[in-house]
Parts: sequence; structure tokens; C-alpha cells
Amino acid sequence: MEHYRAHVLICAGTGCISSGAKKVEAALREQLAKKGLEKEIKIVETGCHGFCEMGPLVIIYPEGVFYVRVQETDVVDIVEEHLYKGRIVKRLLFKEHGALEGIVSYKDIDFYKKQMRIVLGNCGHLDPEQINEYIAVGGYEALGKALTTMTPEEVIDEVKKAGLRGRGGGGFPTGVKWGFTRNASGDKKYVICNADEGDPGAFMDRSVLEGDPHRVLEGMAVCGYAIGADEGYIYVRAEYPLAIKRLRIAIKQAEEIGLIGDNIFDTGFNFHVKIKEGAGAFVCGEETALMASIEGQRGVPRARPPFPAISGLWGKPTNINNVETFANVPQIITKGAEWYASIGTERSKGTKVFALTGRINHTGLAEVPMGITMREIIYDIGGGIQGGKKFKAVQIGGPSGGCLPEELLDMSVDYDSLLKVGAMMGSGGLVVMDETTCMVDISKFFLSFTQAESCGKCTPCREGTKRMLEILTRITEGQGKEGDLELLEVLAKNIKLTALCGLGQTAPNPVLSTLRYFRHEYEAHIKEKRCPAGACGGLTQYKITGACKGCSLCAKICPAGAIRGEKKELHLIEQEKCIKCGACMVKCPFKAINKG
Amino acid sequence: MKTIEDLKRLREQVQSETRVRQANSKQIIVGMGTCGIAAGAREVMSAILDEIAKRKLEDITVRQTGCIGMCEKEVLVDIMLPGEPRITYGRVTTADIPKIIVEHVINGHLIKEMVVGKFTE
Repeated sequence: MEHYRAHVLICAGTGCISSGAKKVEAALREQLAKKGLEKEIKIVETGCHGFCEMGPLVIIYPEGVFYVRVQETDVVDIVEEHLYKGRIVKRLLFKEHGALEGIVSYKDIDFYKKQMRIVLGNCGHLDPEQINEYIAVGGYEALGKALTTMTPEEVIDEVKKAGLRGRGGGGFPTGVKWGFTRNASGDKKYVICNADEGDPGAFMDRSVLEGDPHRVLEGMAVCGYAIGADEGYIYVRAEYPLAIKRLRIAIKQAEEIGLIGDNIFDTGFNFHVKIKEGAGAFVCGEETALMASIEGQRGVPRARPPFPAISGLWGKPTNINNVETFANVPQIITKGAEWYASIGTERSKGTKVFALTGRINHTGLAEVPMGITMREIIYDIGGGIQGGKKFKAVQIGGPSGGCLPEELLDMSVDYDSLLKVGAMMGSGGLVVMDETTCMVDISKFFLSFTQAESCGKCTPCREGTKRMLEILTRITEGQGKEGDLELLEVLAKNIKLTALCGLGQTAPNPVLSTLRYFRHEYEAHIKEKRCPAGACGGLTQYKITGACKGCSLCAKICPAGAIRGEKKELHLIEQEKCIKCGACMVKCPFKAINKG
Repeated sequence: MKTIEDLKRLREQVQSETRVRQANSKQIIVGMGTCGIAAGAREVMSAILDEIAKRKLEDITVRQTGCIGMCEKEVLVDIMLPGEPRITYGRVTTADIPKIIVEHVINGHLIKEMVVGKFTE
């Protein structure tokens, strides 16, 4: 019989796998066998720790040492020095920017200090493919408590008192929605988990599903009990094969033990869970289109009312919630609504998982209490802007959201405050932008996404977003004209009012938000045919500044022969000849050429 | 899984599988510097793990440490029990392990003839 004296936890989330975690694991098994340590050291594959920029990540217990950027070639040292001799491999420790000493435990790293990991509590610390590890940390006790000591109405009350709001973006009070579904008439009801996660760059739900799938199953089962449903669907986008695999394993293991299925905990409560894979349409993250997709129809939304709580899947009362919303439920039941409500702000309780992406140093996943400021997220947790550049804006809410400029960095991050400034919480994707990002270009990027994903059913979205995109494209190509901005605003407001579903209603948001805070950039594009950030290809001008020493290196490398000047004298770029390739700027040894 | 009591029982059962990831109250520390390894610390380590597995002992962390300078007395094995000073045993062989585990770790009695020193704060 074995007694493992050490566990090596290797992050096997999609992020770390794509940077080589599987190779690290294979090398580890090989080295352990070579040294005869396989019976003493257990290798555990876990879910995502969130510190994705620093992956592949490896944590070794009992010491709790946190190794970052581990490569195949590092494994020999880890085995020889740490596992065999007990000496920490210092060069693999994380070092804060500019520090000389590495940090041993992840808890001491700035990235984690300000986080409050409730939803992500188990991610990175247990093997998601072993139900026993979930049970070892108290898994399924919430379901047991709810089924054996609480009535469905008491469960709903608890969720209401906790103040949980939908984490998919809508922010609707979850307990209230459960109440509507419970009170709807009908014997057959459904629970649906929306795991479509269509926002580009968002991966919060993916990490929860890959790292702690049982938590989501448990939340769904508690919901089923509360509303009187015996069947649940998880709608996962097909682009998440690892999440789907782990969910299937989790469901199977839960069914084998009897925690999902018939007569759970001998209470007569039945709950079965099925998985439905999406087929690649952003619009199927919208609840009515999602249900149509499950029913086998084309994924297009329909008018509401009736709301899914009254008439949803196959016309039956249905409660749809996001992955993160369900993941919050088990601890609300075990630790109580009062505990949950003590976190966050007055009207936004609990925590939110954010995906930090863009020009930020520590890209990855962070879970923070509501009410934290954006400045803390970006600088204290995110480590600030890459390359020491200047912060320009942060896009929050993806293609449905808005941007926050520097003046708003100190505002509280919660549902209502964000709406007031023209942004929205959304699903939690944050795109951080620096001085080299063009805000017109960014709004064009998001609008082209929503335009391509428009299902085409309603005219405002189908035609309206197309026309808005045409105007934006013209502006970025230097063909903007007087009246374009006013037309964009009129179109945007009309589409928001008349589109059939959330996709169309929120598609204009990035445009409206960037117009609100960066109107001068739009105007520069239109009036001066100039892109201040230097991003829009045709509208950038390369100019030589007074730092020029007349060395002529730029003139020699220019493929268009557009630079002229005398030796040791200020050179000039002839704009009509310039093809804006940027070779001169790269070549100049005196940094005397600017673009903008 | 019939009742919530079944779940609680399963939980206790499986917690031992992930015990290593938590702070345990008892620690056994084996000197694993080059001198220790040369003196046979690897075999002593294996013997310790076998004994723990055989007796299904819980709440113990087994880890290594480097050379503390008393190379003459390797293999050195330290035992840390809650509320007790850390005791160092010297010239430990694999044959000594069952005795150390039973007498000191389980029953709390020092094996005086093997003690080399104790750590004082």
C-alpha cells in the first residue's frame, strides 16, 4: 500500500495545457520513475488557478510551493532538487516586478492577495475528475442540507436574502427568478445552465467548468429542488471540449454515487442532467435562442413576454442561469445568506470573476468582491500596463459593454454603478487598452463581431448594425464625413430601443460608450483624417522630429523613397509617397520618428 | 449514497487522500542532504512511508530537509508532535523505523538512546 508524502498539482486548464502542461506532466512521470519515487509522489491534474500569464503552473505540497512558467526542461531540477532532496528550486518561483527574491506561497503574491476566491475556491486545488476530492472539501453537503432540512420555499428565501444576482450579465435577482419559476403553473419544469460564454476573450465559465464542475452540478440540483424541476440541461459551447469532457465525467461519477439521478438522499427528489453542445453561434447565449437550439430549432430569439420562467423549454416553466450564478449557490446554502450578503456592496452582493485580458501584465482570471475599484483590479491584481505604457481605457462587458476611461478608474465595480456610466458588468471580460489602442478601431472590432453574429430575424439589428459598421469602417479608412457621428448616435439609440433581443439591444453600446468618452478621437479621424493612437492603417502619419541627426538610415531603408534630407540635417517624410510601412521608425537609432 | 450521514462518512474517508495538501499536526522530517543520502536516507524515507501506510496513520506530514551539519550522525530523523519540542534522532536505520513510529509518533515516548538533540526556540 502506498502513502504519498507529496502531491504535485499541475494546472490542466486549457490555458496551461496550451503552454505545455501535458509535456511537463509526461516529463514528470518519466523522471519520478527514473528516481524510483512514483510510489511516494502523487501527480494531480487540477483546474485553472487564474494566474494564466505565468503558466504552466505547478504547486507542490506539503510545502505549498508555487512554481511558475514550468517547462519540460525544468522537470529534472524539480524532481532532483525539490522532490528528492527537499530544496526549493528558487529560479522557478514567481518574482514581483523588479524584486530579487522569489515568493514561495501563492497566497503572498499580489495577484492573489486582493482576491476573494469563492466560486474559484477549488480551482487549482483539486482534481476535477475525481468526485472524491470535491466531497473531501464538503461537496454536495449543500444539496444534502437543502433536501433534508429545508423546504423549496426556504431555499428560495435564502437565495433571495443572499442577494445573488445573475452573473451572465443581466444581474437579475436570482432568488426572485427562482420564485417566479416555482410559482408558475405546470408539473414539468426545467433548469438550464447557460455555459455558452460567447463574449470574445471571456473564459470565466470555462475555467469553472474545467476546474470544479461538481460545484455547478450541485448548484443546478439545488435550483431544481427549489423550483420543482427534475431535469437540467447544460448548454455548453462546442468550442470547450475539455469542459465538456470534465462535465461528462462529473455527471457520470455523481450518478454512480447517487448524488444526481433518482431519489437523491432518499428524499424522493429526482434530478437528471444532460449536456447539449452549442454549434458556434453567439446569439445562442441569449436565453430564448438557447432554448430554441436545445429544442432542435434554429437558434433565433423570440419576443418576451412570455418569460422562460412561465413558458420556456418546450413551453414549460424554465429557470436559466449562468454557470457562475449556479457556482455561487452551494456556499450560500452551507454558509448562509447572511455570510454571502456581508460581501460586496449594498445592491451587488458577493464576488465576481473577471477575465483580465489585453495590455495588462498579469492576464488571467481573478475573483474579487463587488465594490472593489477598477484601479485595484488593473494595478494591484493585474500588475499594471505592459511595457510601462499609459492606461487608456478598459472595456467591460465585451461586445455588449462599454469602456471606462482613466477618470473612472476609482469607481466601485458593481452592477448599478457601471450602468450609470454607460457600461455594464456583462459576463466579466475585461479588455485593458493602452495609448496605442484606437477607440474607433475597438468599437469597430466589437461591432463587426455582433454584426457577424446577428441572427437576422429583426430589422433593427440585421440592417441597423450593418449600417453602423459601414459608417465606422469609412471613418477608420479616412472616409468619414460631417454628420457621421450624429447618424451613428441616432442609429444606435433606435437599435437599442427596437431590437428583438439582447444582442441587438446592446450591440451599439461600445460605440456609444467610446463616443461619450473619446469623441475627440472620432473627430480627429473625420476632420483631420488622422488616427491619434496610430493604429488605423491609412490614417497614421509618420513624422520626423527634432531629435533627427541626419544619419539618413531611414531614407536608405524606405521602400517608397519617401524620405529626403541632407546629411546631418533634419530629414522629411513626404506624406504623399509614404506607404506607412513603419520601417523608418524601427530603423531610427535616435527614436526621432513618431506616428500618430 | 442513501443519506446525508453516508455523505459525511464518505467525506471522512476520502479526506485522507488529500491530507497532504493541508497543514498536519504531526511532522516527520528526514535529513536529505548529500551526507544523508549517502548514509541511506532514501531507504529510511521509504521505510517511514511503508510504516505509515501499513498502520493507516492520519494527520502526518513527511518531508525532507537539508544538511544541518551533524553529518557524522546521519541518517537524521526529526519528529515534531503538537505541543512538544522537535526531537532529532541520529544514526537511524530502516530497522529502527517501526520502533520510532510506534513508540514516539503513536505513543509519545522518546527513545532516549537514539536522541541526538532537541530544538529549543
